Amino acid sequence: MSFAFDLLLALSLLWSAWHTLTVTRLDRAIVLFIAFGLLMALAWARLSAPDIGLAEAAIGAGLTGALLLDAYGALHRRQGKS
Amino acid sequence: MKRIAVVAAALVFVTALIAAMLELGAPAIDLRAPVAAHQAQSGVSHSVTAVLLNYRSYDTLLEIAVLLLALLAILAVVGDAPVSPPRAAHPVLQTLARLATPLMVVVAVYLLWAGAFRPGGAFQAGAVLAAAAVLLHLVGLAPGWSRPRLRLRLGLVAGFVVFLVMAAALLPQGALLQYPRAMAGGLILLIEGGLTLSLALILAGLFLFLSRDEAAS
Repeated sequence: MSFAFDLLLALSLLWSAWHTLTVTRLDRAIVLFIAFGLLMALAWARLSAPDIGLAEAAIGAGLTGALLLDAYGALHRRQGKS
Repeated sequence: MKRIAVVAAALVFVTALIAAMLELGAPAIDLRAPVAAHQAQSGVSHSVTAVLLNYRSYDTLLEIAVLLLALLAILAVVGDAPVSPPRAAHPVLQTLARLATPLMVVVAVYLLWAGAFRPGGAFQAGAVLAAAAVLLHLVGLAPGWSRPRLRLRLGLVAGFVVFLVMAAALLPQGALLQYPRAMAGGLILLIEGGLTLSLALILAGLFLFLSRDEAAS
């Protein structure tokens, strides 16, 4: 059971990483990046390193995701203005 | 054709990587035993916290220095743009943020306290506090930060300064950041408290200083 979960987790990590890099729309890439960060936090928890999982979820997915979305919004407004 | 070649090369590379991983020998030095053996003297009962804030506390000292440096660089770049009042988000979102923020503060304090004996610690607590600040800013309850005044500056450097002063005061012990055995737990908690405050402000500042010019531009 836990092996199936780990396999699924690893596959979805690879899937989200690949799509984060290849998807053409920036907003989707950012959302996929946040999803990747949350899956990564789960992976750390499965590797019995909940410390790193917590930090990854808060900094990797949360703060970085918010910064990226903010930067995307700023880019969007600037393009709309010019 | 080119695509197939790239995919084939990537597959070969991944296979080689996996093979290399499986071929890894046992590590030359096994540090788990000494870490466990000195746990009782470290002042905390969780091995990760013992490594981060006792055995290798200079790593943590340099980490907080690097983060502070990053924030100083951002402050130098963004300059003196005026802060515009935040746009209020939907009332439901505001209510949710109002409910979540006290919970996040409680979680941060718990993580800081729990770091001594289970997974947690200053970095996680600081990140949760910073996320609460970003959340308040995003729903329009807290303004973005302009040029930092004295109090904010003090908060930003508090963790690093406490850590440095501690390191200087402990130099007579013989080694860098070697805590006296009886006081180790208290000193670590003091350093972690300062670190949590500074990390929360620095991580929140990364967002709040950078996002302030969006409405103005």
